[in-house]
Amino acid sequence: MQILSVLISVVGGLAVSFLIYLGLNFVVAKTNTRWNARLLPYVFLGPVLLLILVFLLIPTGLTVFQSLQKTDQYGLQSFGGLTNYVSLFSTPSFLQTLLNNLLWIIVVPAVTVIIGLGVATLADRLGPTREKTFKSIIFLPMAISAIAAASIWQFVYYYTAPGQPQVGLLNGIWTGITHADPVAWLQNDTAHMNSLLLMVVVVWLNAGYAMVLLSAAIKGVPEETIEAARIDGASERQAFFRIIAPQIRATIVAVFITVLITVMKLFDIVFAMTSGQFNTNVLGMEFYNEFFSFNNPGKASAVVVILILAVIPVIIYQVRTYRQQEVLR
Amino acid sequence: MTEIVPTIVTNKAKASTKASRVSMTSAPKKRPTLTIILGLVAILWMVPAIGLFITSFRSTTDAQSTGWWTTLTHPFTAAWTLSNYSNAFTGAGSGTGQSLSSEFLNSLAVAIPATVLPIMFAAFAAYAFTFLEFRGKEVFFAVIVGLLVVPVQIALIPVLQTYKAITQATGIQITGTYPAAWIVHSAFALPLCIFILRNYMSTLPNALIEAARVDGASHFQIFWRLVMPMSIPALASFAIFQFLWVWNDFLVAYIFLGNGSPVLQQGLLGLLGQYGQGWNLVAAGSFIVLVVPLVVFLSLQRFFVRGLTAGSVK
Repeated sequence: MQILSVLISVVGGLAVSFLIYLGLNFVVAKTNTRWNARLLPYVFLGPVLLLILVFLLIPTGLTVFQSLQKTDQYGLQSFGGLTNYVSLFSTPSFLQTLLNNLLWIIVVPAVTVIIGLGVATLADRLGPTREKTFKSIIFLPMAISAIAAASIWQFVYYYTAPGQPQVGLLNGIWTGITHADPVAWLQNDTAHMNSLLLMVVVVWLNAGYAMVLLSAAIKGVPEETIEAARIDGASERQAFFRIIAPQIRATIVAVFITVLITVMKLFDIVFAMTSGQFNTNVLGMEFYNEFFSFNNPGKASAVVVILILAVIPVIIYQVRTYRQQEVLR
Repeated sequence: MTEIVPTIVTNKAKASTKASRVSMTSAPKKRPTLTIILGLVAILWMVPAIGLFITSFRSTTDAQSTGWWTTLTHPFTAAWTLSNYSNAFTGAGSGTGQSLSSEFLNSLAVAIPATVLPIMFAAFAAYAFTFLEFRGKEVFFAVIVGLLVVPVQIALIPVLQTYKAITQATGIQITGTYPAAWIVHSAFALPLCIFILRNYMSTLPNALIEAARVDGASHFQIFWRLVMPMSIPALASFAIFQFLWVWNDFLVAYIFLGNGSPVLQQGLLGLLGQYGQGWNLVAAGSFIVLVVPLVVFLSLQRFFVRGLTAGSVK
């Protein structure tokens, strides 16, 4: 029964969307040539512009507007100016959240790029079979969802009270080696240990992506430039830092930015593993809490606006790089 | 999978790139130290998943009383069972009130249209950006490039509120239905998809399109008969991307499908919330959730990698 309804909605949905284009084109084809040339681009572009306008641009405006609304205890909204922002920034826990986000931004993109670059460089020196095998293994987590990754790692960090059997790998190793009491890894925020353990999961998921892009870039470095350096007496290390690294700089930056954005808006890993408790909160999680747990859309919107403000420099960088690329084309 | 936002690369060195090298040294050596180092990294990378995989075949009592690694010493005498898979697949114990089997169908019903629709929309737009002339072209495209990195959270609250307002005004239920999720997934996939397809289409020979124009073909015909077939590599790479991203998505599904037609990720999260009752069920659930992306990924890895590198390394 469910299969049937799934089939009907899938086929129906696809057919309706296709008919929109067919219909639009039919109407435009009826007009004369001059109008046709003018209107046709908008037939091709129209549905996309509409979708982007209605589901991205207008909601962005509404989110900004909503962040200036305050919610009273009855759930009614009224204009509140910067109330939400003031209230957020005067809460110590929110400042802690921002600090956590900063920690994520500092640690994860850099570590991901370093591991990706390391594996890509080292695997490049092995024979094709070994290179392919190692790279596939590092790359595989890319197919794994955040929730599944959370299950995998939650199990690694699993804790049961002392005296109980420790079936989590980390506590198994810990109690096996030190004979000390097991540690509740995800609840212990000494030196942000639990946040760091969550970061391990994100690095695990993303290092493969970094590796694939960097590996492709390294293979694109002209052999002659490396040979020339070797003939001039450069060591392997010098050849890497002086010859290869500068040539793949653009890719390194690109990978770094991609991981940076992923980390800035991070939500599901934290949600599934700690729900932001034990001082592991991040902005994406705070957004969820304000909206769903505290039923405060105004404050949730303010959190998103703060997130967007942090992303704006990256957006500007993107558009500028794109412009430069167009000039080179 | 975490969402991938491609970043644009200006790479002057790329112009002189010759055919890719197989290895940095002309004669590949054995290099045992390097092999051991990378081998250790690879093992480290696999162990967490292997642990859960082994656990998915253990009974509740076993999984609660001994670590999975203890089975490694006696792999053939350990008590293996498949019941976790059947329990996770058919049992309604996942917290969403549905079994993973019905959530599996929901995931398909969300992921297939949410993959095909944005590609169709984006292909039309990419064609316009590549082959048609109109006012504001550069500005529109710059907006799309800017939108590449905008986090989904920006639109979630207003869109959800609009859906609810429409339901209140007309009585038509929107949240909880598949199209509610399709549209949001499509809208957020569009910037990236347009970007990739437009980059690809601009490498197609313009002379071919002009020849077709001279022969009297309409843009609609050129699009379907010429440009779409020639763009299949790019379409395939993006399709894999988008499918994995939608299949693995939790947030959009959670907000727009809720418990009306929950997808696998929601079911798995429900299972994960009950890990106290034994990791074996969570483990089996995880691998049920993973099987489709893994098959897609492993069988189409080449396209996937090509898509990744096309997105940024040009």
